[in-house]
Amino acid sequence: MRIPCPICGPRDSREFTYRGAALDRPAPDAGADAWEDYVHLRDNPAGPTLDLWYHHAGCASWLKVSRNTVTHEITGAVLAGAEDKA
Amino acid sequence: MRIEGKGRIDRSTWYGFTFDGVHYEGHPGDTVASALLAHDVRMVGRSFKYHRPRGILTAGSAEPNALVTVGSGAHASPNERATMVELTPGLQVTSQNRWPSLGFDVLSVNDLAAPFFGAGFYYKTFMWPKAFWEKVYEPAIRRAAGLGALSGVTDPEECEKGFRFCDVLVIGAGPAGLMAAKLAAEAGADVILADEGTEPGGQLTAEVEEIDGMAAHEWAAKLWAELGAMPNVRLMLRTTVTGAYDQGTYGALERLRGHATGHGPRECFWRIAAKRAVLAAGSLERPVAFRDNDRPGIMTAGAVRAYLNRWGVSPGRNVTVFANNDDAHRTARDLVMAGVKVNAVLDARHDAPKSDDFAVIRGAQVCGSHGRKGLDGITYRTASGETTIMTDCLAVSGGWNPTVHLTCHMGGRPVWRDDILAFVPKPGAIPGMVTAGACNGAFSTAACLAEGVAAAKQAVEDLGLTAPDVTLPEAGTEAGGIFPLWAVPGKGRAWLDFQNDVTVKDVKQAATENYQSVEHMKRYTTQGMATDQGKMSSVAALAILADATGRGIPETGTTTFRPPFSPISIGALGAGSKGSGFAPQRYTTSHAATVARNAPMIEAGLWYRPSYFPQAGETTWRQSCDREVGYVRNAVGISDVTTLGKIDIQGPDAAELLDIVYTGLFSTLKVGKVRYGLMLREDGFVMDDGTTARLGENHYVMTTTTAAAGQVMAHLDFVTQVLRPDLDVSVISVTEQWAQFAVAGPKSRPLLEDLLETTLTAEDWPFMSCGPVTVGGVTGRLFRISFSGEQGWEIAVPARYGASLFDALVARAEAMGGGLYGMEALNVLRIEKGFLTHAELHGRTTAFDLGMGRMISAKKDCIGKVMAAREGLVDPGRAQLVGLKPVGEVQQLVSGAHLFREGAKIEPENDQGYVTSVCYSPTLGHSIGLAFLERGPRRYGEKIRMIDRTKGLETLCEVVNPVFFDPEGARARD
Amino acid sequence: MIELVASTPCQGLLPLEHGPFTLTELTPGSLTALAPFSGQDAALSRALDAAFGLSLPDVGAATAGGSARVIWFGRGQYLLIGPAPVADLANVAAVTDQSDAWAVVRLSGEGADEVLARLVPVDMRPAVFGEGAAIRTYLGHMTVSIARDDDAKGPGYRIMAFRSMAGTLVHEIETAMAAVAARL
Repeated sequence: MRIPCPICGPRDSREFTYRGAALDRPAPDAGADAWEDYVHLRDNPAGPTLDLWYHHAGCASWLKVSRNTVTHEITGAVLAGAEDKA
Repeated sequence: MRIEGKGRIDRSTWYGFTFDGVHYEGHPGDTVASALLAHDVRMVGRSFKYHRPRGILTAGSAEPNALVTVGSGAHASPNERATMVELTPGLQVTSQNRWPSLGFDVLSVNDLAAPFFGAGFYYKTFMWPKAFWEKVYEPAIRRAAGLGALSGVTDPEECEKGFRFCDVLVIGAGPAGLMAAKLAAEAGADVILADEGTEPGGQLTAEVEEIDGMAAHEWAAKLWAELGAMPNVRLMLRTTVTGAYDQGTYGALERLRGHATGHGPRECFWRIAAKRAVLAAGSLERPVAFRDNDRPGIMTAGAVRAYLNRWGVSPGRNVTVFANNDDAHRTARDLVMAGVKVNAVLDARHDAPKSDDFAVIRGAQVCGSHGRKGLDGITYRTASGETTIMTDCLAVSGGWNPTVHLTCHMGGRPVWRDDILAFVPKPGAIPGMVTAGACNGAFSTAACLAEGVAAAKQAVEDLGLTAPDVTLPEAGTEAGGIFPLWAVPGKGRAWLDFQNDVTVKDVKQAATENYQSVEHMKRYTTQGMATDQGKMSSVAALAILADATGRGIPETGTTTFRPPFSPISIGALGAGSKGSGFAPQRYTTSHAATVARNAPMIEAGLWYRPSYFPQAGETTWRQSCDREVGYVRNAVGISDVTTLGKIDIQGPDAAELLDIVYTGLFSTLKVGKVRYGLMLREDGFVMDDGTTARLGENHYVMTTTTAAAGQVMAHLDFVTQVLRPDLDVSVISVTEQWAQFAVAGPKSRPLLEDLLETTLTAEDWPFMSCGPVTVGGVTGRLFRISFSGEQGWEIAVPARYGASLFDALVARAEAMGGGLYGMEALNVLRIEKGFLTHAELHGRTTAFDLGMGRMISAKKDCIGKVMAAREGLVDPGRAQLVGLKPVGEVQQLVSGAHLFREGAKIEPENDQGYVTSVCYSPTLGHSIGLAFLERGPRRYGEKIRMIDRTKGLETLCEVVNPVFFDPEGARARD
Repeated sequence: MIELVASTPCQGLLPLEHGPFTLTELTPGSLTALAPFSGQDAALSRALDAAFGLSLPDVGAATAGGSARVIWFGRGQYLLIGPAPVADLANVAAVTDQSDAWAVVRLSGEGADEVLARLVPVDMRPAVFGEGAAIRTYLGHMTVSIARDDDAKGPGYRIMAFRSMAGTLVHEIETAMAAVAARL
């Protein structure tokens, strides 16, 4: 499996570690349900997913990787959080 | 026997080898199979279940029968396919699955008991008594059924692994693959051409035919050489592409021994990343099932041809061909041309072509074979009845199966084609892969050449390259008519899966017993579950299943082919990862000096740390440990603490970052001060702890535990990149930059004052202060922190000076009545003080559980704060940190033991908590332990039973404050 | 006054030769990590230019001038190799001394990329991993920085691994050197 790191280019998956679904952290006062969702509840889709991966052996970027759990196709990867920094 | 004038091996050189201790000779270029056949050795093994005599069935990698052990002693490699093992001088080959010898095998009685061993016999026969399965049945079955044995000692041979990259990977160097590689290379693509054989050409190496007016194998060799001269082509012979994986990743096993001189690695397992791939894997000939079709001397027609044309060996002197297709007639033609007697071609078709060179009997089906340990005759059936003839070799062909396996590795199911009676790959089954040639159902050489070109054209155009015009060589167009024949009806056992001893009857029985799905039939009969994955048998088995269940072959479908295409040794997959290659070894700068003091080293993550430093006269680790604890409590101890993670945090928003990741406030920490911090996961549980020092207004250095350093670094990257990308802050690990040593004990100050040639007054250097110092002219960092409860310091210098500083510290400490302390003493010191490690921070404890609930600052948000406040996580009934000391006759404490009230029944419902850390405290003179106990802090003084059922131990304890020693903390502040 | 003696990470382990391959330890002077503060990339590049006549390299690349070079070292991070940093740099970037954090070795010899092909999951062939390339990746189980480091004799690779892993670094590369040399 190869992941297209936006910084380093396509790299072998061994260079990455998986974290889980890419979700937005709720505000501290968002309420118990929102936090329960964020920390514990996960969809298990057959199809497209958006996951966090860490390119620990490369540029040390956190990535949001779009992947299809049925076909294993990776349709893209962007720097996680970068959209807010711009 | 060898045939004069045939074959392409070097007959002038002789290689001696042994098979079951008997000396034989062969030639360079021989396989073990061809060399044995040259000596008329037909029986090479015993079958898996029935121990029936078995011979060589094929000339290639799909061989199910001729599995042998190569080499001896520690070098023995079992289950090697004799058809793939290249002959080398002095090779030792041994047959398998027989005792005491291949010729006389005691367990061949299994064959007589065959009626009991049909499909599903495990499930039916060994049902009772239940206790017998583990003790009697299974060991007996495992002994009887089996293949070669491992040597039982460490394999002294090395394998290697590697990574390759290309634009176009061409799998198979037959006519299709060679043309595909040629086109792709001429288009400018970076090409890898891999073939599992020892010479290029694929099926062409076995055939008498012409391409462009030259012998086909010479054409292949010429093109191969031309490709090899191109800088953008890498040729890999002896390389089996074993698996197709996501995003164009392929696994490939390269065999290095056999042609090498005996040094260097045995095999190399390659990971190939290819932008596009052309699969030109060819096809595999399938046998026809008939009664006793497994007798040595019966082999595929193509294999007979390959042995004759390539190795100059005829597997028989009096050969009969049995087929349902035109292709097998070539075998008869080539044998006759070579002067080998051919009885007849028995063709099941009533319209089979006739020949002037050999007899063709139309509408004939072989219905039995004769002979003891090898074939000496067959019986065939025609409309006019049964006839028995003498023959010592039967060349069988039931047609050819395209080698579709790799196209199934990502879940693709092959598609049935009625016109060729075979499964072909589903287009697009592997993204980026195009199939060509025989593996795609194109059976004539001309069609293979054309498909190779077309496939490569598609691949290079996908890559944005321009495909050059390639002239197709002239080649034969005959593809061979075929007629369906899977099994000849009749009594007796007709074998489908030679490796797992599965018969036609077994498959029919599975259908009768309602295992009608092909996947169920496979598991019930074990057809296709051997190391060859049913390459020779699957299609025939499912055709028979289809017939038995009244369905068509396409509706019946295939089982799933999975990687690897052919067996890979675990040694190759794990290449480079045994012994010291298993994981990086991290050594501190004091490692050599530590080892020189005979300290037993323990692994802490990847680091190696000293357990204790034994001295003359000490016979147990406890003696050393107690002495080392005494250094720290009474004089001064030195310990290398470099392994703790150290992270520099710099930037205008450094303070804010720390406030987010720690429960406490760090923005209020003064420059030159150090504070203890607790880090939570977002679910509210503790992730790690450590101290953080403020070196400057915008500069902190954080320490983490040794174990969590990597995790914390990733966490900080996550916070700065994802959660708070607005922060202007930089984090960088400096663990490796600094060698850091703890100097602890009442005499630590004078030691450091001497070393630093300065005074370290309590006013300038109070507890939890830090700052730069100069050591022998080198700038270092000094922290006044303590993990022992004594007056403690940690001094850091750039790592190049670590070894030197270590020696200086130890010499001074020893001169002052102290010395080195190891991990055991360090652990005792911290347990005496109730300090935490990952024994307590084990991922299921909260700040509340640790008595640190008030460390979660109310003034700000931090990671984990919201979830840490959940009702269940601050429930006073939770197990919380306490100290334990034994108060009864039994003084032993055990970590992992559980806690029960006095008088309570010892059962899970009454479990009150568990012990996490224990030690003998030389300071206090008794054992102490840290534990988590329900409502613990309110139960000081209460008696509790510590129960360890694995050790059969019960210790009565008193619940106490977890800070056993100096609870006021005066010593550290001194 | 106590005199501290310096030792190098690969002391006693190098140099090594197998077949055409040579592995040596480099002591390139100071190693300084530079992480530009928000929006300060251009300013850092100017400061480097003023001090050393070097600019910030692109991702996956290095710039060199005289005995100084700057290599890309990860997301938002560069490594100044050779001279000690000038004070100006700290105005625009987090400046961290890493001079003692890394074992630095050089692998060279005809076909050295074949040695790295046993260890590194990235295409290291000279035609692909061109002059001036500098990446972060794995070597065996270790995270490393690898940069092209040619000399008059041909292509070479400068490999940096954690100082504590120097022994493993040398062991892994030596094993691969021997295995490839055995095939020649």
